[in-house]
Amino acid sequence: MGLTLEFQLNGDHTAVLADEAATLQTVLRVELGLTSPKRGCLQGTCGACTVLVDDAPCLSCLMLAQNVAGRSVQTLEGLKEGAQLNPLQHAFMAHFAAQCGFCTPGMLMAASALLRQTPNPTRQQVVDAIAGNICRCTGYEPIIKAVLAAASASGNT
Amino acid sequence: MRVHTFDNARDAANALLDDSSARILGGGTLMMRAVNEGTATFNTLVRTKDPALQRLRTDTSRVELGAAVTMAQILATPDLNYLHPVAATVGGPAIRQMATIGGNLFAPSPYGDFAVALLALDARVQVYSSFGTRELALTALFGTPPSAPPRLVGAVTFSRPRSEQALHYHKVTRVTPKGASVLSLAACFTVRGERLSGVRLAAGALAAGPIRLARMERALEGQRLEAAAVASALPQMLDDIAPPTDAIASTRYRRAIAPVYLRRLLLGELTPWA
Repeated sequence: MGLTLEFQLNGDHTAVLADEAATLQTVLRVELGLTSPKRGCLQGTCGACTVLVDDAPCLSCLMLAQNVAGRSVQTLEGLKEGAQLNPLQHAFMAHFAAQCGFCTPGMLMAASALLRQTPNPTRQQVVDAIAGNICRCTGYEPIIKAVLAAASASGNT
Repeated sequence: MRVHTFDNARDAANALLDDSSARILGGGTLMMRAVNEGTATFNTLVRTKDPALQRLRTDTSRVELGAAVTMAQILATPDLNYLHPVAATVGGPAIRQMATIGGNLFAPSPYGDFAVALLALDARVQVYSSFGTRELALTALFGTPPSAPPRLVGAVTFSRPRSEQALHYHKVTRVTPKGASVLSLAACFTVRGERLSGVRLAAGALAAGPIRLARMERALEGQRLEAAAVASALPQMLDDIAPPTDAIASTRYRRAIAPVYLRRLLLGELTPWA
């Protein structure tokens, strides 16, 4: 059965017709054309589908789309600042924190959630924040350095 | 897959009774995995928006956690800092935003670590059923046969530990701290006149679900908290447990390390989770 789902998506009010049992990931990718939340494990293990719901990281593959009715959702597409990439995205590029890039949207969203909550994180806090995101390429160190660099560039260290 | 949403928990509980193929949906961290895999043995998800399930109340003597309270909410509550080491080991940050107290009670081994701590705290649960609302011991909930009518857990309550150090917890996992358990252990006790009092021990991933280590508890009650007394009581633990073999660890491995970690937990030899 379909239902009309209304929520804030990347700052804009959005209304979409969705199946009542659809996951948030399906709605974002299929109905709304936002492909940044990746279909990885579909088990909540890899974190490639991470988006922000009310500024908190959530796994879109495990979340019923209905759960975001009236709430705020942010995907990687909404992370940039106008036409510019935000400092976190610049830092990922500068520190070679992406190789194949499949984990990168989830990593960026997890890191973004951290920096909103903790603008001046320690290394351990960065490690904890991305603990739910798996990367097979970088060995994580470039990602950690990029997040710390982004925090520094924002003038918080 | 159908989804039915109810404003109150009583109606959601009745929906479970009316439809044997219905299951309650909490945070979705376990149910939606089965849906995504196509292995779900149910075809209806029941949700409730009842605010009573979101309630988190603490006072000087008693704590009440609604079934829909998440691990992230536990971590955000300073008054529950003795539960922070437990909640922090349930998945990664995104899982903790979604994973609920109620869902964790029914998480199959090797999951359900928060339930282990609740067992050690001698928690009680409020359940909704066709007969109304009633309270029962968490141990009784876990002892309910599979053939019993479904019940919906509304809240968990327990007496506040006498001191923040009265609850001891450790999780052994291959992917620290968020991975599935090799085993998890929780101990709640006080020391009066150098003797152990009110000993409650619980374990996860050492049976089909979370268990109390009743024989071990009886062996330790009234003993001194020292290496010799703990060593003398440890064989009782092996009679309490029936560890499974799964992708994380074997029965043999779990039986081998369980007494080692319980001894270390009781004697304070483990580094607490941050």
